[in-house]
Amino acid sequence: MREPDAVFWTFVFPIILAAGLGLAFRQRGPDRAHVGVIAEHSSPLTESLSGDSSIIVQSLGDSAGALALRTGKVALLVMPTAKPDSVRYVYDPARSDAVTARLLVDRALQAGAGRTNPVRTTDSFVTEAGSRYIDFLVPGLLGMNLMGASIWGLGFAIVTARSKKLLKRLMATPMSRAQYLLSFLISRLVFLVFEVITLLGFGHYVFGVPLRGSLITLALIAIVSAVSFGGLGLLTASRAKTIEAAQGIMNFVMMPMWILSGVFFSAANFPDAIQPVIRLLPLTAVNDALRANMLEGASLAAVSPQLLIIAAWGVLTFFAALKLFRWR
Amino acid sequence: MVTSPALRVNGLRKAYGDVVAVAGLDFEVGSGECFGLLGPNGAGKTTTLEICEGLLAADSGTVEVLGRTWDSAPDELRELLGIQLQETQLSEKLTVDETLTLFQSFYRNARSLSEVIDVVELGEKRSARVGALSGGQKQRLAVACALVGNPQILFLDEPTTGLDPQSRRQMWDLVSQFQADGKTIVLTTHYMEEAERLCDRVAIVDHGRVIAEGTPNALIDAVDLTHLPPPEPRKTHATLEDVFVSLTGRTLRDE
Ligand SMILES: Nc1ncnc2c1ncn2[C@@H]1O[C@H](COP(=O)(O)OP(=O)(O)OP(=O)(O)O)[C@@H](O)[C@H]1O
Ligand SMILES: [Mg+2]
Repeated sequence: MREPDAVFWTFVFPIILAAGLGLAFRQRGPDRAHVGVIAEHSSPLTESLSGDSSIIVQSLGDSAGALALRTGKVALLVMPTAKPDSVRYVYDPARSDAVTARLLVDRALQAGAGRTNPVRTTDSFVTEAGSRYIDFLVPGLLGMNLMGASIWGLGFAIVTARSKKLLKRLMATPMSRAQYLLSFLISRLVFLVFEVITLLGFGHYVFGVPLRGSLITLALIAIVSAVSFGGLGLLTASRAKTIEAAQGIMNFVMMPMWILSGVFFSAANFPDAIQPVIRLLPLTAVNDALRANMLEGASLAAVSPQLLIIAAWGVLTFFAALKLFRWR
Repeated sequence: MVTSPALRVNGLRKAYGDVVAVAGLDFEVGSGECFGLLGPNGAGKTTTLEICEGLLAADSGTVEVLGRTWDSAPDELRELLGIQLQETQLSEKLTVDETLTLFQSFYRNARSLSEVIDVVELGEKRSARVGALSGGQKQRLAVACALVGNPQILFLDEPTTGLDPQSRRQMWDLVSQFQADGKTIVLTTHYMEEAERLCDRVAIVDHGRVIAEGTPNALIDAVDLTHLPPPEPRKTHATLEDVFVSLTGRTLRDE
């Protein structure tokens, strides 16, 4: 532990991030629709809606109602019209909570007016660990962390050694160059243990993020990922002479993956046309494999396509780095 | 003393774009000799050494080290060479012991750590971080890294620049000791006193060319003291500095 800064970025930062996001998206009570009604408190319209437990009703004046809708305090405005027994819904159809509110309000009003449901339905609720946002997030953070630690860690070590002419000095010894670069990959494994255990331990014990798959498979995914990203780290650092230049290249390599590879939200949100490319990115494969293992309990065989993609990246980037590497 | 040459440099040229760093350089260093390259800043000393060390490719000319060329036997040569570069900074986070162990691990018949540490007198600093060493101690550690592979030929680029007189003397002792084992040394320096004390022969380099070569005494004797600009003519004994001034009309350290 001779690099206090590095310790902060690899260990403390992801935990703060997980804690912050975990709190922001923590388990709330059942979702309820916020609805504004342009009518008196005691009007029949207001009464019939406040009877429904899934709706929170506010009775508002015209302008206050418009403001509440604009600022998102209510998702839907219900306005009586001139005709008897008819109302108008005002909402933004692109907001899913507004659409939900419309359905809930409509159901309550129609039922209050005497509509009966021809089909009997019952609900059973899922609040199980594994389907919450934090469960989605922690494996993504772990993947992002494995990538960042490899690329930043190796990148800075190598570029510093190059700018201090240490690489040049080593060149003049009989040292095997491939072994020297390999040693960087192996050094990643040492840190990896701490990184994975802190982040997963935190997620598991504080937020109850599940670890359904075999821990051995999980360890294997983490090891292959760390070594593979190590290869990418070597490649990003293979030419740069200054820290600034290296930083630019690292961000250029990592930025697309932070966005595309499903760290904070599912990669499935991107258009179908670019899905094949996204699937081939190493971080996508790592995140998919981690999620499959942790959340679905997938077997080694089930995650082997992802492992193959990750390993291929590692091998290709390592040999490319060995070829391109600037030692002076 | 001079038998088959340990280093032979012929017609060496190297340019960086428009800057000609080495412009046709020739010299030979005999086995067991201590040879000095002297010259002002930018004369091409470092460039010449780095070509000899196999770190740079020459534009033209030949270099033969211990009878081998870099093209034919690079791995063998790296085992036989000990080098100290002008500008290397070793990892600050490693200790002296760790640094030397790392370098030791590269060589097939390396020397023992404690032996090398004794030679450079860093015994008290074995577990100190490199970052916590003084300039002179760092420089001695760099030389220790050069010695740990048990080299047959040692290349030192300004080994005593920036050192206080005591550290410089320690460095001289160390070089003399290495030479006493019958091994070859090639060094660069700005200090006349150093060249006069350590080197069997020196080559004075200016603008990438050797402008004079010989034993320090022979070079000094060749100087006509009366031709020196004042106040030098009043001296009775010329120095290598005077040699340089008389050859170029400039002082050696007019950087
Ligand atoms: N990497 C480089 N790129 C461009 N020019 C260079 C490079 N290295 C050296 N030079 C130029 O080549 C010339 C010789 O440089 P060199 O480092 O060999 O001089 P030197 O004799 O070692 O000087 P000093 O006593 O300052 O160490 C100088 O003019 C220098 O500017
Ligand atoms: Mg130099």
